[in-house]
Amino acid sequence: MSEYILEMNNISKSFPGVKALDEVNFKVKKGEIHCLVGENGAGKSTLMKVLSGVYPHGDYEGDIVFNGQVQKYSGISDSEKAGIAIIYQELALVPELTVYENIFLGHEIKKGRLIDWNETILKSKELLGKVKLNVDPSSKVKEHGVGKRQLIEIAKALSKEVKLLILDEPTAALNEDDSENLLTLLKELKSHGVTSIMISHKLKEVIAIADTVTVLRDGKTICSKSNEDESISEPFIIKNMVGRDIDNIYPKREEHNIGDVIFEVKNWNAFDYKQGRDILKNIDFDVREGEVVGIAGLMGAGRTEFGHSVFGNISNYKLSGEIQFLGKAVQLRNPYDAIKAGLAYVSEDRKGDGLILMDDIKQNITLANLKKFSPNGLINKNEEVKIASWYKDSMNIKAPSIEQKVGNLSGGNQQKVSFAKWLFVSPKLLILDEPTRGIDVGAKYEIYTIINDLISKGLSIIMISSELPEILGMCDRIYVMAEGKMTGVLSSEEANQEIIMQMATN
Amino acid sequence: MSLINEAKGLIKQNIREYGMYIALIIIMVTFSAATGGLFMSSRNISNLINQTGYIAVLAVGMTLVMVIKHIDLSVGFLAGFLGAIAAILMMRFNVSVPVTILLVLVLGTITGSFTGFLVAKMGIPAFVASLAAMLVFRGALLMVTEGTGTIVISNKAFNAIGNGFIPDFVNMGNLHVLTLIIGIIGIAAYAWSEIKTRNDKIKYNFEVISSKMFTVKLIAISAVIAYITWILAGYNGLSWTVVITIIVVLIYHFITTKTIIGRHVYAVGGNAEAARLSGINVERITMTVFASMGMLSALSGILYTSRLQSATTTAGTLFELDAIAAAYVGGVSANGGVGKVTGSIIGAFVMASLTNGMNLVGVGISYQYIIRGIILAVAVIFDVKTRNRSK
Repeated sequence: MSEYILEMNNISKSFPGVKALDEVNFKVKKGEIHCLVGENGAGKSTLMKVLSGVYPHGDYEGDIVFNGQVQKYSGISDSEKAGIAIIYQELALVPELTVYENIFLGHEIKKGRLIDWNETILKSKELLGKVKLNVDPSSKVKEHGVGKRQLIEIAKALSKEVKLLILDEPTAALNEDDSENLLTLLKELKSHGVTSIMISHKLKEVIAIADTVTVLRDGKTICSKSNEDESISEPFIIKNMVGRDIDNIYPKREEHNIGDVIFEVKNWNAFDYKQGRDILKNIDFDVREGEVVGIAGLMGAGRTEFGHSVFGNISNYKLSGEIQFLGKAVQLRNPYDAIKAGLAYVSEDRKGDGLILMDDIKQNITLANLKKFSPNGLINKNEEVKIASWYKDSMNIKAPSIEQKVGNLSGGNQQKVSFAKWLFVSPKLLILDEPTRGIDVGAKYEIYTIINDLISKGLSIIMISSELPEILGMCDRIYVMAEGKMTGVLSSEEANQEIIMQMATN
Repeated sequence: MSLINEAKGLIKQNIREYGMYIALIIIMVTFSAATGGLFMSSRNISNLINQTGYIAVLAVGMTLVMVIKHIDLSVGFLAGFLGAIAAILMMRFNVSVPVTILLVLVLGTITGSFTGFLVAKMGIPAFVASLAAMLVFRGALLMVTEGTGTIVISNKAFNAIGNGFIPDFVNMGNLHVLTLIIGIIGIAAYAWSEIKTRNDKIKYNFEVISSKMFTVKLIAISAVIAYITWILAGYNGLSWTVVITIIVVLIYHFITTKTIIGRHVYAVGGNAEAARLSGINVERITMTVFASMGMLSALSGILYTSRLQSATTTAGTLFELDAIAAAYVGGVSANGGVGKVTGSIIGAFVMASLTNGMNLVGVGISYQYIIRGIILAVAVIFDVKTRNRSK
């Protein structure tokens, strides 16, 4: 038997147009805590999905050796049987069921053909003791906060005799006490022989707890280093995480004049009813005329929530703070107010809340501003065709006609429709949320060109992006967000990937 | 040959839309054959169309409700209840017919808005909210008819709404001239609007069907309108019910295809989140759609009460299911965002023809329900399958 409980050798996995994993090697020693770090999109989650069987054998190249045997999982249930348990960021518990029902969900303890509830409750108590969670097993999961739910998940994993526990950003949604608790528990489980893999963006935690750290970047293993006596430093990890050159994929930017502050957010706080926690904390933020302001940060930092909150899409939030726009204080109670005031928001989720896929190009482009060409509420269809055709040509939307259904377009062309839709409301400030997500390099270049063109006309832009090179290549000024706070603001001259990553992992 | 190929391609592409026309034709031909032509007689067709009126107006409103992914189960008993209110207003309080109609329509709009309020503002699922409303209206109907039982209406003007025909200005024996003239105007208006749409499309270089195919389609549909007009003109002419139904359909067709509010309704059904982010007030649209449903329920109640010339204790039973079935058969998608008012009207006629034909042939009522249920299921299966393919 080798010292490794898990060896993933030369794993490659492609999606249409992207190579998500490129000959990744990943080895985990028996009984260690192994931290996996990397930027958004580096391939961490994909690697874990390969391991847990979400992508079945045959869907990827390379070998998985677990406990000395080559594994060929055809689904999650296979990897679970082998003793691998994965705990996702979005927890997989049923809120309306009790703690003990959840712990044994899917592998109920049976007496004959029926469930043995007494035994279930007894075993649950034992497992909850193991994870040091003092809750009534008969209480419902929904009564407990995120921190406790995480522990219940781990108890559930332990109930399946787990050998390898995978945690995907377990502390992202936790406060400091709960995080501390969880890390202590991981160490304790380690002393009982459970091996853990932890994906995390919080480098301090990583250094404090990891026995080994592996860094992924662009689908490749960059380094895998033992962390004896906490010998790994934060700058070392960050250097390995980013170390990418900014390729020449950004159009040359012409000198543009940056004017006075036109948009200012002060003391901005938001509490999310659904998640039951503060998601934005004391944010001060401003944008000048003709400026591209970037918001960088890692997944879950609250960037999209910030975008929604200033755009008036606030039905889930309790807000406090003020917005000054174009020289006066404004109250944006809903997106309608925001649009009327001169804001526009290109959503990160084109399919979810950006476009109406079953409608055609022209209907999507005009949807947010039908009034402009509809006297007395009657849509002037000739005018609509003219407007949509103009945008189709000027934005170079590739489609046979403006009557094409948006759902049939490529990602890049959908994004151009989205841009056209929001430019048609003639905004003063355009919020772009992940403007190039899921679109190919050629279309990206076109989007960047459009952005440059817009600022040369005096429009201001907020650009939320997870791609650091994009932020660095396009923005005049960069805010960095972490855990609902703005942790720094940098001018384009002082910004580089290391500094941003440091602020984002703060 | 190329014409036939184009026709084939056209049917393949629009199979969902043409499917229900084909179904309607098959039903009509089958029953005509089975009844030796009785089914297509002037008298029966006139009867069939007049019987469908009160379901057709409900189907129009239900189309919009279903486009925004909701449902309204309360419309049947609301129609029954409001019909009874109309009867009471006229018979017990001697309110004039126009005032009665106006009051009842307003009352329907208010009650509809209330159901809409429960759905939009209180966040209650439409199924539950309208189920509750259905029980309330059923109780209300029983309450107002409890003392008297069936309320007989003796007002001739009111009863004419459901039974009368439009007057003729010349006497031409058996032929109703005004009906013929209206039919000719209808064909002209239809041809004019089709030609204009086509020319607009050509102007913008959109894809259009070939001019030959277009001519065939134009002539075919004109012929159908002409034929129906001819049949109706042979038996008393257009009824007031048909006139009212046509007006309702025209208004709703106009609103759904030409106005901002219509576009917003479809946007909310297509993707409510995207609609909200586009500055559309989703709650207000929802309320409006339910309010319009309430108003049309009131109209349906008026048509039905007038047709029976009385308000009964069970009026409105299962109307909602007929309306929902008509909308599904007429091509409203179960996933929202898709559906035409005109389609639902055809759907209503498909279901009504089926019932009417089965009655003529003498199929027992038990079998009728079973067959209608099967047809509904088949229509929706057809819908789901053809829609998946187009993806």
